[in-house]
Amino acid sequence: MSRTFSKGGIHPNDSKISENAAIEQFPLPETGYVSMAQHLGAPAEPVVSPGDTVKVGQLLGKPSGFISAAVHSPFSGTVKSVEPYADLAGNKVMTVVIEVNGDEWLDTIDRTDTIVREIPYSSSEIVARIAECGIVGLGGATFPTNVKLSPPPGKKAEYLIINGAECEPFLTSDYRLMLEMPEQLLVGTRIMMKALGLEKAYIGIEDNKPAAISKLGEFRDQYRDIEIVPLKKKYPQGGEKQLIKAVTGREVPSMALPIDVGAVVQNVGTAVAVYEAVQKNKPLFEGIVTITGRCLPQQHNFRLRAGTMISSILEAVGGIPDECMKIISGGPMMGKAVSNLSAATLKGTSSLLLMTEKETKRTEESNCIRCGKCVSACPMGLEPYLLNKLGRRGMTDELEQEHVYDCIECGCCSYTCPANIPLLDVIRNSKAAVMKIMRSRPKK
Amino acid sequence: MKRLLVSPSPHIHGDESTGSLMRDVIIALSPSLLVSIYFFGFSAIKLALVGALTCVAVEYLIQKYLMKTKVTIGDYSAALTGVLLALNLPPNAPWWIMFIGSVVAIGIAKMTFGGLGQNLFNPALVGRVFLLISFPVIMTDYTTIPDSWFRPGVDAVTGATPLAIVKEGLAKGMTLTEIYGQNDFSYLEMLYTKIGGSVGEVSALALLLGFAYLLYRKVIKPHIPLAIIGTVMVFSGILWLVNPEQYTDPVFSVLTGGVLLGSIFMATDYVTSPMSNKGMIIYGIGIGVITVLIRNFGAYPEGISFAILIMNSTVPLLNKYFKPVRFGKEVKHG
Amino acid sequence: MNTIIFTVVTLSLLGLLLAVVLYFVAQKFKVEEDPRIDEVESCLPGANCGGCGYAGCRAFAESCVKAGNLDNNFCPVGGNAVMSRIAGKLGLEVKEKAPMVAVVRCSGNCDNRPKTSFYDGYSSCRIKASLYTGDTGCSFGCLSEGDCVSACSFGAIRMNPNTGLPEVDDDLCTACGACVKACPRSIIELRNKGPKNRRVYVACSSKDKGAVARKACSAACIGCRKCEKACPFGAITVENNLAYIDFNKCRLCRKCVDECPTGAIHAVNFPPKVSRPDTEAAATEGVKES
Repeated sequence: MSRTFSKGGIHPNDSKISENAAIEQFPLPETGYVSMAQHLGAPAEPVVSPGDTVKVGQLLGKPSGFISAAVHSPFSGTVKSVEPYADLAGNKVMTVVIEVNGDEWLDTIDRTDTIVREIPYSSSEIVARIAECGIVGLGGATFPTNVKLSPPPGKKAEYLIINGAECEPFLTSDYRLMLEMPEQLLVGTRIMMKALGLEKAYIGIEDNKPAAISKLGEFRDQYRDIEIVPLKKKYPQGGEKQLIKAVTGREVPSMALPIDVGAVVQNVGTAVAVYEAVQKNKPLFEGIVTITGRCLPQQHNFRLRAGTMISSILEAVGGIPDECMKIISGGPMMGKAVSNLSAATLKGTSSLLLMTEKETKRTEESNCIRCGKCVSACPMGLEPYLLNKLGRRGMTDELEQEHVYDCIECGCCSYTCPANIPLLDVIRNSKAAVMKIMRSRPKK
Repeated sequence: MKRLLVSPSPHIHGDESTGSLMRDVIIALSPSLLVSIYFFGFSAIKLALVGALTCVAVEYLIQKYLMKTKVTIGDYSAALTGVLLALNLPPNAPWWIMFIGSVVAIGIAKMTFGGLGQNLFNPALVGRVFLLISFPVIMTDYTTIPDSWFRPGVDAVTGATPLAIVKEGLAKGMTLTEIYGQNDFSYLEMLYTKIGGSVGEVSALALLLGFAYLLYRKVIKPHIPLAIIGTVMVFSGILWLVNPEQYTDPVFSVLTGGVLLGSIFMATDYVTSPMSNKGMIIYGIGIGVITVLIRNFGAYPEGISFAILIMNSTVPLLNKYFKPVRFGKEVKHG
Repeated sequence: MNTIIFTVVTLSLLGLLLAVVLYFVAQKFKVEEDPRIDEVESCLPGANCGGCGYAGCRAFAESCVKAGNLDNNFCPVGGNAVMSRIAGKLGLEVKEKAPMVAVVRCSGNCDNRPKTSFYDGYSSCRIKASLYTGDTGCSFGCLSEGDCVSACSFGAIRMNPNTGLPEVDDDLCTACGACVKACPRSIIELRNKGPKNRRVYVACSSKDKGAVARKACSAACIGCRKCEKACPFGAITVENNLAYIDFNKCRLCRKCVDECPTGAIHAVNFPPKVSRPDTEAAATEGVKES
């Protein structure tokens, strides 16, 4: 019996059209654009200057604060410049531009395929390795993993949950990873269990991926401490709070963190990255990226170096089809629309999704008919129709009373609204305004 | 460089639209309409057509010339109001009554509040109650001359609704056993068909078929209809246990009159019903209680229209005080 | 007949009783307030626009009375006339302020600034700005979704559908500053209205380097400093590739307008010059923009 969360949720067509495309290595680009802001928190500080030669895996930027992450070079070659460069939304971000020359890796990185199962490190050694290698959460938020694996004093992790739900339609990078690198994933999970001092971990996988469930099930005897939890296919099953609810039955309270109910959630991609960092000494500079879309003749799952220009990826798969009108980095529910094709991919890039105008163009909004479908769909038990009304009037006090800050921006409300009201657009904006006011208040 | 579309997430949308939901409700009403055509011939379909056309026309004229806003008759909501009103009238009601009712429903109950989504009261019910108060004789005359073309050989003229017969009988001082003795009220017949009642009340089975379709298409949630039907059964059951000669039994209470039509199609109107599950249940219980009260202690034999309208006025309050349970509100450990 | 008398008497008695109750309640819960607050409030326009920095006209009046001077308080809507009346009521001094007007510092109309993408979200500058740098190549200019238009409670701003830029009506604008706060790109500025509404300003907010700015918009300030050199009064400074004219120093000579290679400097409400045809074009263009 598959588990799930109880409140709200929607059932969009999962559209996993790229699920059978095996992972391919994407060719190296001529020039790499390595952003210093590939994670949540303060951008990294560049430690190279123009003219320097760098190797794959070499440190390019050091973390500049508690919530920050190191950035390593995905390429070998010469640093051309260190300057602001537009990201996929057009905002300028400090970027190290590298003239790629060959593919020379640091000698310390173990490039063999042998699986190293022994974990001879202590908890603090593991966390330090993860921080050094610049590992960030690959589930979308790119939160620095070392911070998540160091619970604040007084709080104890009881559950480690590995998120293999991949509930967003179209995305298949986590699925391919589970199929093609199952043991790396399991060892990575064990490493994180050791870091947190836990005896047991759970891997949650939506039941629309039976192959991944059975593949990981093959290792059941060697990894008895890791339980595979099949989850019902329902969006947003992979949302952190929803996943915790489904696996443990606990609800993360409003304004609290998962660790407050003793849970730590990590993505499957992160688990593999942790394995590579700790056992193979390989920093995080590449990942699996799904290139998909109904308008594309062929679907791909690439192993791609972070810092590859989006337009060069699209050229490699045959250029942008004429009918493609929107390119999304991430899934169709929470991904970001790309406006700048010369932007480069980041560590956390999981997919490039090409959509036609028919699939994605919004319909003109009409009157709210108060059908309550948004209320039923909201996994956080909020009332999107009301938040939308208050948000349009800028009533921040009322918005706060209605817990707008609990919104996880999953998009279920906008998806389900029969009147095509852009509920999340308004709510997201109101949430930002309310959180700003709340932060500006003196702490009690 | 290619000019791309850029928008905030989500980038996909579900298949439902206002139009598709309203269309589904009209489809769910079609079994009842078909049954009524079988019994009353073209008079029923004539009412439905007059209602739908008048409602659409009134909405169009008001939006185009009075409010000067975008015309939204394409979303089927006006047509639905017309059909619902037709189902609430006696089958032999003259067409002009339908016309007046439709003008009141759309013009007064809906557009004066600002159109779709803004009205406090269910437009079709406002239309019906307006007609009931303005034309009491026509609106309670359920005499039917069956169409000989559809039902050859049947020329029976049936009179008042079972509820009216009961009410009248009780007023004369008769007991229920005596009243039942003079009339043939079998449950099975009421479930399938019972002539005597408004167009939409003829067949409980056809209404339940529509209910099943609405639930299957997830157009409505079952909370409101079940709360109303449950409350009517429980409340009238209590009264029946107190005095079975004075009060009708629960099954009879649910199958007769407009309880099914009202609870499935009128009370579940999106605009005038609460948002949260808790609110819906309280709203339904309120309708059930008021309906039984009006039936047994009021002047009218049937009270669901009034009950729904009264509860409509509490919806903003219900929405304010009965919110959905937020995620993380109840912290469970272990 | 009896019924009528009975009704009249009971209702009258009831009314009397309630009046007495109301009287005592009003006495009991009376709030002592400085009567001058009401007097000051009666002078104010009553728009409650918040342009003075207070929550509304009442709050402004309270502050005027409490502070005991008018140095930090100014009603931009009422202007000098209202302020001097308030000063008269309170027996205080008030400094004259030059009338101000909102100015849109962007000339990126559809011709100057080609669109690079289609925005398909809720029509709000703030939401658009939080999503990306906008549907043009310029990440500083107007987003054309009209947050300023909805922020204006005087109907002084309207969106020109041909240019996609907001236009301020000099006569209706009260310089309350609501649009300045509403604009996520901070392109609207309050400037001196100038004699006969004549003023010269840089209609661009781009801090991009010259070549980048020019590529995105042909009417952008490219930070070339020609205007800075041409200005005889030292009113122009160029910072972060963007020129700024200090309206307190500007003497409206319009030398900078002639110098600007992109036409980013606008001179509005001047009579057309006849001597030099090229500047005339610039001047009339400026008038159109205002």
